[in-house]
Amino acid sequence: MSDSLLLDVQGVSKYFGGLQANEDVSFQVKKGEIVSIIGPNGAGKSTLFSCVTGFHRVDKGRVLFKGQDITNRKPHAIVRLGIVRTFQIVQVISDMTVLENVMTGGFLRRTRVEDVRRKAEEVLAFSGLIEKRSYNALELTIADKKRLEVSMALAMEPELLMLDESMAGLTPVELRRIIELIRKVRATAVTVVVEHVMEAVMELSDRVIVLNSGRKIVEGTPKEVVANPEVKRAYLGERYNAVGQ
Amino acid sequence: MRSITGKQMAAGGAVLALFILLPLVSSPFGQHVMILTFLFAICGVAWNVMGGYAGMFSFGQAAFFGIGAYTSSFLLLTFQVSPWIGLVAGGFISSLLAAAIGYPCSNLPGHYFAIASIAFAEIVRIVFTNWQMVGAAEGLTIPMLKESLAHFMFHSSKLPYYYIVLGFLLLAVAVCYWVSTSKMGYYFRAIKESHEIAQVLGVDVVRYRLYAIMISAFLTSMAGTFYAQYILYIDPDSVMILPISVQIVLVAMLGGAGTVLGPVVGSAVLVPLSEYSRAWLGYKGTGMDMIIYGTLITLISMYRPEGVWGAITNLMRRGK
Repeated sequence: MSDSLLLDVQGVSKYFGGLQANEDVSFQVKKGEIVSIIGPNGAGKSTLFSCVTGFHRVDKGRVLFKGQDITNRKPHAIVRLGIVRTFQIVQVISDMTVLENVMTGGFLRRTRVEDVRRKAEEVLAFSGLIEKRSYNALELTIADKKRLEVSMALAMEPELLMLDESMAGLTPVELRRIIELIRKVRATAVTVVVEHVMEAVMELSDRVIVLNSGRKIVEGTPKEVVANPEVKRAYLGERYNAVGQ
Repeated sequence: MRSITGKQMAAGGAVLALFILLPLVSSPFGQHVMILTFLFAICGVAWNVMGGYAGMFSFGQAAFFGIGAYTSSFLLLTFQVSPWIGLVAGGFISSLLAAAIGYPCSNLPGHYFAIASIAFAEIVRIVFTNWQMVGAAEGLTIPMLKESLAHFMFHSSKLPYYYIVLGFLLLAVAVCYWVSTSKMGYYFRAIKESHEIAQVLGVDVVRYRLYAIMISAFLTSMAGTFYAQYILYIDPDSVMILPISVQIVLVAMLGGAGTVLGPVVGSAVLVPLSEYSRAWLGYKGTGMDMIIYGTLITLISMYRPEGVWGAITNLMRRGK
């Protein structure tokens, strides 16, 4: 395998009781790429995120990060290796300021409070939240909360950033700003995996992976994926396809 | 942002000077009330480390208080070990027990953790009530020794006890301040928000929860040893009962959970209120003292849910 291979997911399956949330999913992420994982609701995207980051136990298959087997390691151990995720439902620490939230992330790589604060301020300047550093996290708009979430993740200096629906529910203007932010993040050599919002996916991704009913059905460039009939069927149903023919 | 300004330092110095001078002009009963105030303040500060910062609502602190009292007393009675060594030994035993019970409870969310903590403390109390080696229900009487600092025993005056408990309180506050401003404090607050977000941020939730429990147990245990040396008699019903655990929670919650000084303020309000209302009204047997005490707690929790200290700091912030 080449050195640039960052994440290697090999045949991962996850069952919840009788339900197959993920079935034999394999994909790879190379250094510097932006990869998107899309699929209709319930396709198993978030589950896959959780399997990679240790929040769910993988029932079958393996997850390798930089050649190292990290299958079923504890979340905090995986984070330490450099894979940081966000959650679908925005998660911030409510009785902290914006700066303190980012600092909490920063303690992963640093121990001295002064160093951590400096790093956190750097990150906030980068993500455009520095003016609001002493706001309480709950006073932020949804868009700013998502920006804060990304900032917290960046303070942890990830090599691989997995954004779970960081772009859902935003206005077009807010969406533009977060897309710009993710571009900037990529420029700092952080690899990003995002999912869901099509507009962003089309614009940002080098590669798109489509899940449906827990399986990977297609993988390719954004253009290839959109043109794929199986993807259309997954999103729009059999009838649409029938009419199309 | 959290660093101490000169003004705060001056205010702290003034309060400390007041604490040092106040007992010199107080009646013995006044001194007794202040000692109890500080004692519960220590327990409140200790509770706050795990409850206020890390979000683990323990209603079982009396177990650690009792183990602190029992360890030093038992070692003194049986092996003539100095209570000062007993104090440290009690702290370690409490911490280890806290870790042993905290580990299996480390994924229990809020309410269930509270229930488990009550169950744990009740089990400890029942074990001690039936354990012949430590006096069972009769408890332990601390042997009279010549008064000295080394013996942790004073007969002619309460003042030495007062200054010792004040010293313990300063230690507890310093520990809590250090925790709250360090990595640990940030991680505790993340855990309090949710285990999920803490894990995302790379926090080893189980380990940090154990840190919180162990620090809290150690400090509470120290207070227990002090109590034993102060009262010179302990039994399960005086050092291990649920009302002690509840009082500790009240002191911290009403003072201001998640703030360094909140529990100290809470104790300064609640303990004198409870002691003086008992002294003035309790003897009539009307329960009037409990009614007044209960009413005040209800009023504070209704109108100042952030606690007395929270209310004060909010007012000061608005004043600026």
